[in-house]
Amino acid sequence: MRLTGAQAVVKSLEKENVEVIFGYPGAAICPFYNALLDSKLRHVLTRHEQGAAHAANGYARVTGRTGVCVSTSGPGATNLITGIATAYMDSIPMVAITGQVSTELIGRDVFQEADITGATAPFCKHSYLVKNARDLPIRIKEAFHIAGTGRPGPVLIDIPIDVQTREFNFEYPENVDIRGYKPTYKGHPLQIKKAAEAVKKARAPVICAGGGVINARASEELTLLAEKCGIPVITTLMGIGAIPSDHELFMGMVGTHGTYPANYAVKNSDLLILLGARVGDRAMGPSGKTAEGTFIIHIDIDPAEIGKNIGVAVPIVGDVKAVLADLYETVEKGDTAEWNETLRRVRQEHPLKYRDETYCEYVKPQYLMRKLSEMAGGDAVITTEVGQNQIWAANHFTVRKPGTFVTSGGMGTMGYGLPAAVGAKIGKPESRVITISGDGSFQMSMQELGTIKQNNLGIKVVILNNHRLGMVRELQKVNYCGRYSQVCLDYNPDFVKLAAAYGFKGERIQNNSEVGEALGRMFEDDEPYLLECMVDPEEPTL
Amino acid sequence: MAKHILSVLVENHAGVLSRVAGLFSRRGFNIDSLAVGITENPDVSRMTIVVDGDDYIVEQVSKQLNKLIDVIKLKQLDKSDSVSRELALIKVSANATTRPEIIQIVEIFRAKIVDVSKSTLTIEASGSNEKVDALEDMLRQFSIKEIVRTGTIAIERGNKFIKVNNKEEE
Repeated sequence: MRLTGAQAVVKSLEKENVEVIFGYPGAAICPFYNALLDSKLRHVLTRHEQGAAHAANGYARVTGRTGVCVSTSGPGATNLITGIATAYMDSIPMVAITGQVSTELIGRDVFQEADITGATAPFCKHSYLVKNARDLPIRIKEAFHIAGTGRPGPVLIDIPIDVQTREFNFEYPENVDIRGYKPTYKGHPLQIKKAAEAVKKARAPVICAGGGVINARASEELTLLAEKCGIPVITTLMGIGAIPSDHELFMGMVGTHGTYPANYAVKNSDLLILLGARVGDRAMGPSGKTAEGTFIIHIDIDPAEIGKNIGVAVPIVGDVKAVLADLYETVEKGDTAEWNETLRRVRQEHPLKYRDETYCEYVKPQYLMRKLSEMAGGDAVITTEVGQNQIWAANHFTVRKPGTFVTSGGMGTMGYGLPAAVGAKIGKPESRVITISGDGSFQMSMQELGTIKQNNLGIKVVILNNHRLGMVRELQKVNYCGRYSQVCLDYNPDFVKLAAAYGFKGERIQNNSEVGEALGRMFEDDEPYLLECMVDPEEPTL
Repeated sequence: MAKHILSVLVENHAGVLSRVAGLFSRRGFNIDSLAVGITENPDVSRMTIVVDGDDYIVEQVSKQLNKLIDVIKLKQLDKSDSVSRELALIKVSANATTRPEIIQIVEIFRAKIVDVSKSTLTIEASGSNEKVDALEDMLRQFSIKEIVRTGTIAIERGNKFIKVNNKEEE
C-alpha cells in the first residue's frame, strides 16, 4: 500500500487500536491533520498543547491504555514538555507525536524549530526523530511497545514535515523486538521464597502500595495477600485506590501529608513490603528516613528503583501482579493479631477530623470530599489539581476502585486536573468524572472549559476557592514566620459567570449546610457543571 | 574515591552519546572519561566509561544506563582481569639542548616521537592511565604546549567477550 508518511502515521495509530488522540494543529504537523480527515480516529482539540498531554495522561489512567497526544513543532512541542514530564514521573503510558521542520532545515534555527527530542530527553522513556518515512511504522510500533510495557512512560516521536509528505510502501510490522529493552515480568522464585519467610516471621508487617500496583492492575492480588496474611496496607499518593479506601486493613496515605496511622505503621513496622512504590521523599522522607531500620521487601518492575532511595533486604524485580500471585501461593500468615489491634487503636485515637453540615462559616473541604464520595458513586473518577485540594481529596474522598483517583503525584503539576478530566471522561464516558481544584490551579488550565463544552463532556468541576495559593501560603506560615509572599489571588474572576460564558451550568456555595443539595443539583444530569465552594483561607491542609 | 570501568554496548545511532552523557549530568554522576567507537558489528558501538564513585554510585549508574533503550549490554570490568589503555598526544617545547633528554624519556616510556619541528616535539604515548600520567609528569619540566588524551578503553583478558548475543560472558 502506497502511503505518505502522514497517512502511515494515521494508519499505524489505527493498527495500534488507538481510539482517541488529543492534540493541537500547527504548520509542521499539517500533513498529519490532513490525513486524519480520511480516518475514523477521534481527535479532541484542546485549548493548549499542555492540555493535550494531560488529557492523554488522564485517558491512560482510567483505561490502562496508552494515551496519545499530538502537537506541531517549536512552541507546540515545548508546550507538551510539562505534560510529558508529568507522565514520566508518574509512569503513565503515553505516545507524543510532534511535527518538526523539514529534515534539511534542522539545525538552522528556522521558524518554529525546537530540538524537542533533546529537550525532553530527561523526561522520556525513549524518543525518536524519524528522518526516513519508511521507518515510521516500526518506530510507532516500538513507541507503543515501550510506552505500555515494563514500567510505563512517555515516548516521543518527532516527525519532520518532509517525512510526513514522502510516499513509500506501507506495511505495519506484526512484532517488535528491541534488543536493549527486555523487561523482567516474573519474580525470581528464590527471592519470593525469602519474602514469604519474612512475612511468616514478621509480627508488625505493613504493605505500602504505590502507583505500580495500579499500573500492573494488581489490586485484587494485593487485597487477597493482605487479607490472607492480615497485613495492614498503606498507599502512596499514586497508590490511592490500589485497595478500597474503606477496607478495614487500609490505614491511609503515607507521607508528609498522609495520615497518622499510615506513618505510625511504617515507623513501627518490623517488615515493610514496598509494591511498585519508589520511596519518594514526600512519602518516606529523604532517603526513606521514615522506614529506617525496618526489614524491607521491595517489589518493582524497574530494577533501578530498588536500592535507589532505601536499602533493601529482599529485592524482587518483576511485574507486581505476577509476583504477588506467586507470593500468595507460597506465603503463610504470621502472628499479626497484636499489631492489627495496636493499629486499630491508633486509628481510633487519631481519626481524620472534619466538621459536618452544621458548620456555617465556610465550606469545609474535608466534609465536601466525604459528601462527594457518598453521592458520586463507586465508579466515579476524581481528578485533582495540586495543592491543598489534592491532599483534601486524597485523604477524605473514599476511593473504591483502582484507576479512579487521578492526580499528578511525582511532578505535582498545577493545571493537570481539568485536562486530565477531559481524558478521563472520554476514556470512561459512563462514569461520573469530577475534578477537584483550587482557585489557583484551576486558572492554569481553565481554557480547557472550551474543550469540555465543545465535546459536551459531563465533567463536574469543583473549585475550592480561598482566594489564595493555600499550600504555599501554609508553607510560608509555618516555615517562613508567616511572611506571605505572592500567595494572594484577590482578582479572581467570578468563576460561576466564567463557566456560564462557556455554557456551563453552575453555582457558588458558602457553607457546609448547602453542600448536600448543591451536589444533588450538580449530579442531576450528565452535563458540564461548575461548583464553586468558598473555603477559609486559614483552613489547614491536615 | 575508587574508579570503575564500565563497558557498554550501545546501538550505533545518532543521539545515543547525548543520552548517555545527559544521564550522567542529570543524575549527578561523575564521569572520569568516556571513549566511544564502533565494534566488529557496525550496528553496535562500545563505550568505555570510567566512573568515579563508591559501590552505590556504580550500581546506580549501571542500572540507569541499562534503562536506556539504546543500551544493549553493560558490564563492569574487573581491573585485575582486564587490559586498559589510553592514547595521548603530547606536544612539548624542545631545542637542541633539551631534545636528547626528551627522546630518552620517551624511550623509557616506550612512547614514540610522531612529529618534530625546530622548537617542538610531539609524542605519542599509549598505556594505562597511570603511565600516561607519569609521562606527562616527566615532560612537564620541558614546558608542555598541548595535550590530547582519548580516555581509557578496556578489554577483558583471556577467553571472555562482551557481545550482543552471547548470553553470559564466560
